[in-house]
Amino acid sequence: MHRGGRISIWLFIGTLLLVYGVTILGSGLYELANPPANPTVLAQYHAPIWWGALLLIMGLVYTIAFRPGRKRQ
Amino acid sequence: MNHTPAILILEAGKQSLLSLAPVDLAIIAMYFLAVLGIGFYLKRFAKSGEDFFLAGREMTAWIAGLSFVAANLGSLELMGWAAAAYQYGILATHWYWVGAIPAMLFLGVVMMPFYYISKTHSVPGYLQLRFGEPSRALSAVSFAFMTVLMSGINMYSMALVMKVVLGWDIHFSIWVSSITVAVYVALGGLLSAIFNEVLQFVLIWLGALLIPILGLIEAGGWDGMVQKISERFQGDYTHLWSTMGDFGNNPMGIHWTGIVLGLGWVISFGYWNTDFLVVQRVLAAKDLRSARMAPIIGSFFKMAVPFIVIVPGLLALAVLPIKLVPESQALATGGHSYNEVLPIMLARYCGPGLLGLGITALIAGFMSGMAGNVSAFATVWTYDIYRAFMRKGASDQHYVSMGRWCTILGVLVSIGTAYLVMSFASIMDYVQALFSFFIAPLFGTVLLGMLWKRATPAGGFWGLLTGTVASIGMWAWVKIDPTALRYIALSDKAKDMAENMYRALWSWLACVIVTVIVSYMTKPKPAAELNGLVYGCTELPSEADVPLYKRPVFWAAISATVFLALQIIFW
Repeated sequence: MHRGGRISIWLFIGTLLLVYGVTILGSGLYELANPPANPTVLAQYHAPIWWGALLLIMGLVYTIAFRPGRKRQ
Repeated sequence: MNHTPAILILEAGKQSLLSLAPVDLAIIAMYFLAVLGIGFYLKRFAKSGEDFFLAGREMTAWIAGLSFVAANLGSLELMGWAAAAYQYGILATHWYWVGAIPAMLFLGVVMMPFYYISKTHSVPGYLQLRFGEPSRALSAVSFAFMTVLMSGINMYSMALVMKVVLGWDIHFSIWVSSITVAVYVALGGLLSAIFNEVLQFVLIWLGALLIPILGLIEAGGWDGMVQKISERFQGDYTHLWSTMGDFGNNPMGIHWTGIVLGLGWVISFGYWNTDFLVVQRVLAAKDLRSARMAPIIGSFFKMAVPFIVIVPGLLALAVLPIKLVPESQALATGGHSYNEVLPIMLARYCGPGLLGLGITALIAGFMSGMAGNVSAFATVWTYDIYRAFMRKGASDQHYVSMGRWCTILGVLVSIGTAYLVMSFASIMDYVQALFSFFIAPLFGTVLLGMLWKRATPAGGFWGLLTGTVASIGMWAWVKIDPTALRYIALSDKAKDMAENMYRALWSWLACVIVTVIVSYMTKPKPAAELNGLVYGCTELPSEADVPLYKRPVFWAAISATVFLALQIIFW
């Protein structure tokens, strides 16, 4: 998906997932330290923490794998 | 597919269902910045007509396949089918499996070679090569009309959802979402639409996937969910086929013949094989093998979509302490309707941050569908109407410029349609029938055109026209005399969905019969003129040297096996 130096779509996706991962993980950690008055169902599983971490890892992998300058078809 | 059930007629003045935290708004804002950024970045790569309208024909099978499925995931698919799952149970899954998978595999294995080898830029363009200008004109005009109308309806419905779910102003939602789509499609053309659709597809999955995961944990797994549903509700909500033997035996009021022949054959094959909205994504593939693989790859993702759409609806039956009701009852009593099931489940499990991601998934779904409509409209208008009948022989740059402008024009007409629907809500009922008017007969024409070399230009045109007129005629007949339903849908118990399916089947048959009769009465094209267009007159590239695991047929067989296994498991 590179043509004439075009950035891969997977880099865009990776970058956005990375930013989302940091944001959601941060939000989850804040919630852990300051439990909300009306928690969601199954809040004890702390979904924002592990889901945010998953997004962060996926985002990192895609951002590194498809960074500009790395040749890949 | 444009078959969203129980389209959302929501109460305008109702209090919003969810409230967003600053972190949620930040996530949504980042999404808008990302899609606009992609559009601005890709503008430099969309210079020629081939770039703008066909993304340079250089997409990999994976990109084309994901975009192919994402363009269809738009509109109100997510919320509409989650609502249908709450109302009808697992029967709603038929629209994702028998109503999609066989047709997608047929496109990849049988029809794609002719679209691709003919080097057509659109489905009406193929009809011009095969049957001549009259057939192209008829299908191009009907497609352009249907596309902008559907786009407007979906835009209005989306704005209404945002108002009810989030309390957003309806005009704000319409203008912000449509201007965003207009900007990124007008800048980067199909390339930008495809890039954004892939991004949107990933976000839809990541935003919606937590609901079934956490829901199944709460319900005690699949078996726990089934048990809870049977304890709380009468009737069978968790079997696909076992209740389809009689019209009155299932909540949809559908017989299995309607599902198999109407949905599984005509509507599904018509949509996935001839609706340019989805076919355009596959035409952008870099070579024939990628073009054939794209819908096959897409079929695996399509089979998985019920996990994020249907399962949440079923989980709501099992775990929600409240019972959702039909829209009319919700309006009267102030309760919650089926249509709100997905946001309710989202709010149940997702706090700040995850809620923003879930809402972003919904917005991404709406925007990918809208972009699909607009980019397909721009291509058909520019190549099949403007260039064919208004201004032949202009420069490539002129047509690219026209494509950009009519992207904006298409969005403006869609906005106009949205406001029209706001004033005349009954238009929604009529537009739902548009799909069966145009797509079912078109499938008959394209199928015969590709597989039967004796089909003539006159046969193709008159068959298409007869099928379309027959479909509109049957629809009008039932509107004027509701007792006609027993003839059209084979039962007076049939519901709207069943009527649509049978009407599609009859109009397809009318198209095929007239095409065959007229073709035998008129002179066929010489075989030399059918090279690259028709089976038996086209030399398809040999795959003898391609390893088995790289052949489209091999992966189609695996997809078909998984599809059959799912039917048996959930029988």
